[in-house]
Amino acid sequence: MADAPRPPLLDVRDLDVFYGDFQALFGVSLRVEPGEVVAVIGANGAGKSTLLKSIAGQLAPRRGEIALVGTPAHRAPAFEMVRRGVALVPEGRRLFSSLSVEENLLIGGQLGRPGPFSLSRVYDLFPVLYERRRQPAPSLSGGQQQMVAIGRALMSNPTLLLCDELSLGLAPIIVRDIYASLPAIVGEGLSLIIVEQDIVQALNTASRVYCLQEGRVALEGEARTLTKAAISAAYFGV
Amino acid sequence: MQWANAIVQGVLIGGLYALFAAGLSLIFGVMRLVNIAHGDLIVLAAYLALVVTATLGLDPLTSLVVVVPAMAVIGYALQRLVLNRTLGDDLLPPLLVTFGLSVIIQNGLLELFSADSRKLQAGAIEVQTMEIVSGIWIGLLPLLQFVVAVAIIGGLQLLFYRSAFGRAFRATSDDPSVAELMGLDTRRVFALAMALSLAVVAIAGVFLAVRANFDPAIGPARLIYGFEAVIIGGLGSLWGTLAGGIILGVAQAIGAQIDPGWQVLAGHLVFLAILAVRPQGLFPKVQ
Repeated sequence: MADAPRPPLLDVRDLDVFYGDFQALFGVSLRVEPGEVVAVIGANGAGKSTLLKSIAGQLAPRRGEIALVGTPAHRAPAFEMVRRGVALVPEGRRLFSSLSVEENLLIGGQLGRPGPFSLSRVYDLFPVLYERRRQPAPSLSGGQQQMVAIGRALMSNPTLLLCDELSLGLAPIIVRDIYASLPAIVGEGLSLIIVEQDIVQALNTASRVYCLQEGRVALEGEARTLTKAAISAAYFGV
Repeated sequence: MQWANAIVQGVLIGGLYALFAAGLSLIFGVMRLVNIAHGDLIVLAAYLALVVTATLGLDPLTSLVVVVPAMAVIGYALQRLVLNRTLGDDLLPPLLVTFGLSVIIQNGLLELFSADSRKLQAGAIEVQTMEIVSGIWIGLLPLLQFVVAVAIIGGLQLLFYRSAFGRAFRATSDDPSVAELMGLDTRRVFALAMALSLAVVAIAGVFLAVRANFDPAIGPARLIYGFEAVIIGGLGSLWGTLAGGIILGVAQAIGAQIDPGWQVLAGHLVFLAILAVRPQGLFPKVQ
């Protein structure tokens, strides 16, 4: 008997997502293989965050399918998706402001999913957080808050980590530090989807790229093979 | 000495007011729900204790073993089946629904138990007193109520700031949609918060019923005392709520000392004065 082809880790098919009457995504399809880093790029309002929120269960798609290792997941609410190994680092970090740094991390791990990430592993990854662990989360700098947001998502030991605009509002040198931590995370066997406005950063980090334009996939391909001209055509629609 | 005595008694009843308030502020803190039926739920707990003491032959304090879990279950079900459906961006639906609930509870109790006032009999403990300094006598029961109130507020404080349970409450209070990303089912968290709130209500209700007469219509006044204690103490601070309850109790006792008719009025006046001078309360936690 021939082996059936192994289903991808994440398989998104023909996704239509609405905010009320406004349609934000039109038939978006996307696939992530185990251990892969995929970037989603696009201009403001192209639907990148909407796509991540739909995958994380925060938005229910009106049409289309989301499958995790072959199992349908498009009706699962966010708290169920975490249980199934999908964690989102939300845009703008969204830390719990009345919780300390350590409490933010602990709440990320409150489901107790087994895996490589624990409090001490996150502190190894971001040593500055250990020094600041007793401080209220809002007292940290933007870059440190982003580290908490990533650490908090890792604490749930996801198989798929969704990162929404990690570079938002951060100085370039801080962005470089944050992105430098990603190989160690992927090294633990995680798959990543990164949404990024900074195209150079996205192309350097990801193996495959999807470019969204006004809610549709305008371009898809290996990061190495995409030409600048093709990307800017897909990005700006010219 | 009469004045010192009045103040001591005021402090002791302040513990009861803090218990009224603790459940109220817990619910507001976790889910921004103003529970208008809170006072009537206190009275419901008192009637529940009345039924339990009458049918099982337990004394009122032992009846807590039944009344506390029963009220917690009622709270969990109420939140899951009714109140969760009212929560959203609009603050009005939960306000209207809990107002309706208040009317339903009052009339339901009236139908079942009539308007006669009742009281729970706790036996000898009700009249036992001790002299703490010469001339000031305090009742064992009011003292017990105060100690229990302080212990419950302290317990809630520990639960909120030292346990995973409390961490989930605070995270949900900060940002429910991100709390869901942490794997927390916020509707379940809300139901657990309401269960905890009504467990505290159960204790407050039984103490109220042992201390004084009750009838189906006294709920709204307990709600007002609860609100006043929360506002005086400052939103989001449990120890502040205890302080608020004590200030209210002392103000009422001093008012009653001046003229028995001024008891309730004095409490309201102190509340208004604090609201005018320090609208954020004495020990605010949320900005």
